[in-house]
Amino acid sequence: MASGIRIRAKLEDGVAEVKCLMKHDMETGTRKDAKTGELIPAHYITDVTCEHNGKVVMTAHWGPAVSKNPYFAFKVKDAKPGDVIKVSWVDNEGATDSVEETLE
Amino acid sequence: MQLQRRIFLSGAVAISALLAVPRALLAAYPAKAFEQKDPGDALKSLFGSAEHSPSDKITLTAPDIAENGAVVPISVATTIEGATAISVIVEQNPQPLVASFDLTPGTAADVSTRIKMGKTSNVIAVVQADGKLYSTSKEVKVTIGGCGG
Amino acid sequence: MKRVSLLVSGLMLLVSGPLLADPESDRLAFVNYFEERFPDVELEAYVNGVYALDEASYEQWLQIEEFPPYELAVEDGEELFNTPFANGKSYADCFDNGGIGIRQNYPYFDADRGEVVTLEYAINLCREANGEEPLGYKKGAIASISAYMAYTSRGNRFEMTIPDDPRALAAYNNGKQYFYSKRGQLNFSCADCHVNNAGMHIRADKLSPSLGHPTHFPVYRSKWGELGTLHRRFDGCNKQVRAEPLPAQGEDYRDLEYFLTYMSNGMETNGPGARK
Repeated sequence: MASGIRIRAKLEDGVAEVKCLMKHDMETGTRKDAKTGELIPAHYITDVTCEHNGKVVMTAHWGPAVSKNPYFAFKVKDAKPGDVIKVSWVDNEGATDSVEETLE
Repeated sequence: MQLQRRIFLSGAVAISALLAVPRALLAAYPAKAFEQKDPGDALKSLFGSAEHSPSDKITLTAPDIAENGAVVPISVATTIEGATAISVIVEQNPQPLVASFDLTPGTAADVSTRIKMGKTSNVIAVVQADGKLYSTSKEVKVTIGGCGG
Repeated sequence: MKRVSLLVSGLMLLVSGPLLADPESDRLAFVNYFEERFPDVELEAYVNGVYALDEASYEQWLQIEEFPPYELAVEDGEELFNTPFANGKSYADCFDNGGIGIRQNYPYFDADRGEVVTLEYAINLCREANGEEPLGYKKGAIASISAYMAYTSRGNRFEMTIPDDPRALAAYNNGKQYFYSKRGQLNFSCADCHVNNAGMHIRADKLSPSLGHPTHFPVYRSKWGELGTLHRRFDGCNKQVRAEPLPAQGEDYRDLEYFLTYMSNGMETNGPGARK
């Protein structure tokens, strides 16, 4: 299966502007299923890691109040063409996903 | 390396915050902070202190009126030197801490995301730098839509 | 304002009789109404719906469009579109140009079937012709496939012609009648909100203009947290005026889509859209 993270990176003056869209329900655990009336269990991304050429340059900790199908943009310094940016996440159920992008 | 490990083992997160140790090395999920129902408690849990001073060196971009409270686009950027973390708090959310970003010298202090807001509230951006906390805040109105609501 | 809308409704009534039915005159009057009502809004901008009329929400929409949530659904749609049926054939076999870049050809009046065929209707006709179960019409797979097909067609203009066939004209008039008829406990017609009160507020929402409406469907609505088709929105609008919604892709909704698309004829298709 392809990555559930879509990524776009724009390199300008040594700074890579990275934008990603992650496929994830980000359920808060407080919503009720319309049909069964049961609470939909909390299911959300907890940790996001951004790497530049294999080195961690940013980590983020999220709660369920980040929107569904989260959008996340950040800037990597000292970036050059050929560098690899990797974004990965872990959610509260232990599932993971990641994506890599080579800068042009 | 040795110093950081000793701190980690002693569990004194408060001390580590004051020593501006790159949090990436101690990146355990701050579950307690996310569970707090009060913004001050969330900050204390996350950074060891709830004291923050307003700063005009933090730019918080958020709409005046959110089109939809489930998807509010926000950006936080700061020119404060040595910023090590940016946190986003929605004062009126049942759990105010929404997200926290740990920076390293490899990234700019500039992040954007989309957040959920339960109702009209102040959105507070907190920046940790040199062990101190700075903040800026903006009120974002969240309405019940007439046709979309 | 009232005088203009009365005049327009009057014109509408005049041309709604079958002998005088002239869709092109209707369309010109429709476009003219909005041009007079919003003199600073360019015709092309209407493809962006309410964002053409409201600066603040336009800004937020641009931020969402930086990385729109429907991109994930378009990817899903592409995968679904390219997955062959059990019999080995695929969607590409049912559509012109392999189904790529054809969104603007729908809806059209099918002379053989004697009815209006919309894109979603055509997708299910294709499935049934190949021994597959039809998909639900409001969301899910059909919306993703439709979104993918709309995405490949972005920028293509609607160039509808209503054939010189009394059945086609009847379908157009049926749609037109639906649009202008009051319904539900709140006794609103589509025109009440989207023509007469376009740009005004209903509680905290600004009402979008009907001109350009079908161009940006299917939509990813933040409210739904997912894609929905045009007929899903018809369903929602009906419920909001406390009227009994009609079946998605039933004759009336298809005729309504036929009328609405003709009113936006000449405009660019720009689906899928992101809306609140």
